[in-house]
Amino acid sequence: MSLDKSEIEKIAWLARLDIEQQDIDNFSQELTGILDLVEQMNNVNTDHISPLAHPLDIAARLREDKVTETNQRENFQEHAPATEDGYYLVPRVIE
Amino acid sequence: MLHSTIAKLAAALEQKQISSEELTRGYLERCKQFNDGLNCFITITEEQALNQAREADKRRANNQAGKLTGIPVAQKDIFCTRSVKTSCGSKMLDNFIAPYNATVIEKMNAEGMVMLGKTNMDEFAMGSSNETSFYGPVKNPWDQARVPGGSSGGSASAVAARLCPAASGTDTGGSIRQPAALCGITGLKPTYGRVSRYGMIAFASSLDQGGPMTQTAEDAALLMNVMAGFDERDSTSADKPVDDYTANLDASIEGLKIGLPTQYFDDALDSNVARQIELAIKELEKLGAKCQQIDLPNTELSIPAYYVVAPAECSSNLSRFDGVRFGYRCEDPKDLSDLYCRSRSEGFGKEVKRRIMIGTYVLSAGYYDAYYLQAQKIRHLIRDDFTRAFEEVDVIAGPTATSPAFKLNEKLDDPVSMYLSDIYTVSVNLAGLPALSLPAGFCDGLPVGLQLIGQYFDEARLLNIGHRFQQATDWHKQVPTEYS
Repeated sequence: MSLDKSEIEKIAWLARLDIEQQDIDNFSQELTGILDLVEQMNNVNTDHISPLAHPLDIAARLREDKVTETNQRENFQEHAPATEDGYYLVPRVIE
Repeated sequence: MLHSTIAKLAAALEQKQISSEELTRGYLERCKQFNDGLNCFITITEEQALNQAREADKRRANNQAGKLTGIPVAQKDIFCTRSVKTSCGSKMLDNFIAPYNATVIEKMNAEGMVMLGKTNMDEFAMGSSNETSFYGPVKNPWDQARVPGGSSGGSASAVAARLCPAASGTDTGGSIRQPAALCGITGLKPTYGRVSRYGMIAFASSLDQGGPMTQTAEDAALLMNVMAGFDERDSTSADKPVDDYTANLDASIEGLKIGLPTQYFDDALDSNVARQIELAIKELEKLGAKCQQIDLPNTELSIPAYYVVAPAECSSNLSRFDGVRFGYRCEDPKDLSDLYCRSRSEGFGKEVKRRIMIGTYVLSAGYYDAYYLQAQKIRHLIRDDFTRAFEEVDVIAGPTATSPAFKLNEKLDDPVSMYLSDIYTVSVNLAGLPALSLPAGFCDGLPVGLQLIGQYFDEARLLNIGHRFQQATDWHKQVPTEYS
């Protein structure tokens, strides 16, 4: 298993990460090494094994559908990088 | 006094031999004196600590003190603390002040414990050496040229150097137990769901678990009595009654059946560590335990399965860091995708990016079945190995780590070799079991850890065995000369 430059760029884009051109080789080598390590899983026949999503056989709890949290907008927005009138600011999306 | 266990400090506070304020001042002095060298704290919260200590003293004067009221502790910087920076070891959260407290913090506050500060850690808890922290590596107090282990390396180093009597940690693949072993302290990773994850910054949600890092098993039991319990704010919290973890500490372990997995004494294990572990197991036999070989045939697969499941969960958990609502934001983003990409690229360090990339790849279209689904199936096989073993034995014993503390920079550029050193710890997280690491001797002046793995919710038994072991040995009492 080996990841080439275009695959590294594609994964980086999916993950919303910028990888510098000079770092691509390095990433490609390291990720390939990790995937090689992971490959040994493929030697195991798991046809009749069910996936284990959670170690303990518990089910998600249900609760009544009602508002239990108080509105803390100002508290939460206090440490946001940019806000205005109670909204989070981002660069213009629609020209 | 500042080298005492929390059990002894609690008794001294109760008998009014010392006040919490005096104790807190003493530890703060040590923190300030030694933190430049060890780098175990990201934030020392002097003013808040003294306020909490005075509150604790008032509570005691009014006869409203709990068992651990007034005891100072350090908190791993992964637990959200209102009004104190919670960085998770990352530039991404260097400016983050959480708007709320983690449940673990709330519980310790309710008990009247005193927070000395927030401890250094691998960035977002991803690492086994504490070298991935944005705030620089933590040093091992036994040898400052060596790593303390990770990711809870700041907590382990601080307890080992007695800058605090105890600390919190979190364990996703060994992050409590391995640094505990490498620094010569006691660390308990509880059963998945026993300690609330609310306000504990998520790395891999199906594996993450908080727990105590202390000098002794008795102290871990005392802290577990405060930390453990059902929390409706954590959707995977275990809705089960909590044991009094101190109740059976002294019980005899005569007749205890201990399983020794052949796979944990393989070629990967340093031969000097192996010798210490064998001696520690003999000690348990002297206390009446009976040992037998067991087989955990899928142990080797735990590393590949872990390094699919953990990065996959990390890549989705860390997608929340987008430069919009909190945390780091890049300068002058030219559009929305530039804002996302540059904030994340500038805010995350190398190991975090590696894991996000691996996680994104294994979850991407066309690869899910080959990687994530296969890893979850192997996780099932690993849990079944343990289930079968526990039909024959009460607990499983072996080494915590393959070697004593390694040198700074030794493995930093070789992720695969770093990952392989987690071989004895990750399967416990995949299976969700509790496990305890105990100081069990030294190799060339560096501590070695004995790991005990228990059945689900059997923490009290692990702590009982640990306590009996520590009454027969004095490894846990050793303090590096420079800090004694």
